[in-house]
Amino acid sequence: MLSVEGLRHVFGEGGGQVVALDGVSFTLMPGQTLAIFGPNGAGKTTLLKVVAGLIRPQAGSVQVTGGRRAIGWISHQSHLYEHLTVRENLLFWASLYGVPAARRGPRAAEVLGRLGMRDRADRPVWSLSRGLAQRAAIAKALIHDPSVLLLDEPFTGLDLAAAAELRALLGELRGGGAGGRVIVLATHNVDEGVELATDVAFQRRGRFVHFAPRGGRQPAGIAEAYRRAVTDG
Amino acid sequence: MDELLAQAWAVARKDLLLEVRTRTAIVSAVVFTALVLTVFNFGRDPTAVPTIDLAPTILWVTFTFAAMLALNRAFQLELENQALEGLLVSPLSRTSLYWGKLIANLVFVAVVEAVGLPLFVLFFDVPVGRVLVPLIGVIALATLGFVAVGTLFSALVIRTRFAELLLVVILLPFLVPPLIGAVQVTAQLLGGRPLSEAVGYFKLLAAYDIVFVSLASFLFRFTVDE
Repeated sequence: MLSVEGLRHVFGEGGGQVVALDGVSFTLMPGQTLAIFGPNGAGKTTLLKVVAGLIRPQAGSVQVTGGRRAIGWISHQSHLYEHLTVRENLLFWASLYGVPAARRGPRAAEVLGRLGMRDRADRPVWSLSRGLAQRAAIAKALIHDPSVLLLDEPFTGLDLAAAAELRALLGELRGGGAGGRVIVLATHNVDEGVELATDVAFQRRGRFVHFAPRGGRQPAGIAEAYRRAVTDG
Repeated sequence: MDELLAQAWAVARKDLLLEVRTRTAIVSAVVFTALVLTVFNFGRDPTAVPTIDLAPTILWVTFTFAAMLALNRAFQLELENQALEGLLVSPLSRTSLYWGKLIANLVFVAVVEAVGLPLFVLFFDVPVGRVLVPLIGVIALATLGFVAVGTLFSALVIRTRFAELLLVVILLPFLVPPLIGAVQVTAQLLGGRPLSEAVGYFKLLAAYDIVFVSLASFLFRFTVDE
């Protein structure tokens, strides 16, 4: 479970203040995917960084079942070392997340197999295409079997086919019910993430101006509501 | 404590593996060391100033600037694909990250020094045979001190513009105490003075190491956290 309560964070001082988070609260249970849409500068990345523990908020709290080890982070930056192989990268990150030494190799093989990358495990990251590098980045994020996945603009730089593949993969990773994962996806492009979402939020100037279950709403309807929400007032 | 050390070793091992794969920084540092020693060797008048008076300063100036190359690369590795962000999101403790970088930097500088010392002996024809053990001791103590401070500062400047230049500017003043101690001890050892005369400087170097390794381990988190 991921619970966020009353987050507030302001960058800068005096007249140059930028309100990045202003009273953001939500709770997500396993199997739920929250898609946060907002224009550049709305505070989406700051929110994910606060949830991940990268930024300490000035007010409010974050509770993650399982603590920091339960979080997997995926962004348009892969966090991978170009001159290490995919497998070496995974083993390194597994060691940081406390995966027992004897489990690291089998776990890396399992994740690579799931992502269809077993035959590329021993290739250096620099030799991978953008789409494959993103898949390797997802493998890195999954190496410790996190129950909460945070995705910051994960579709940036991917072509249409790779983006569709990533969406399918994320849908599979979410799972359902108590055994599923909590996924929080932040993007400025409604078309990219809305199909995955069970819940939708529109963020503007640090605030959630809309937050509701997606229900039966179609992507076009959500896109229209988003356009109204971020342009009004 | 076991986890802290295991994570530190994982970071150090990864950095060293990357260096083995790329060899860019180590080759640059070794070539730099050889070139500086060569320039000093041919750029002095041995009849004007005795070699033994110049040699300790030349040795430490060379080691200090070669170490800068290691310190500069320590956190540049983490800018690739924003790996630093991944490290900070992970449960890796900031102390482990610092110690891991410190270990990798020490190994890197030790390799450069292991190449530089024989070249120094060759070029300057200084008698190190009977003082080799205490000489290695003073090199180890001084290196630990300035790499400890340098690792902290390299994390501090990594997100700034002109990080490489800034590192040198803010680091050099902090290197004055260990450099004075190292040059003095090296001069006494090469000059055939009894080891007992250098004990004070050995204590200075050891105290510097204890203070700055402890201080840097504590302060490191403030340099990397947003």
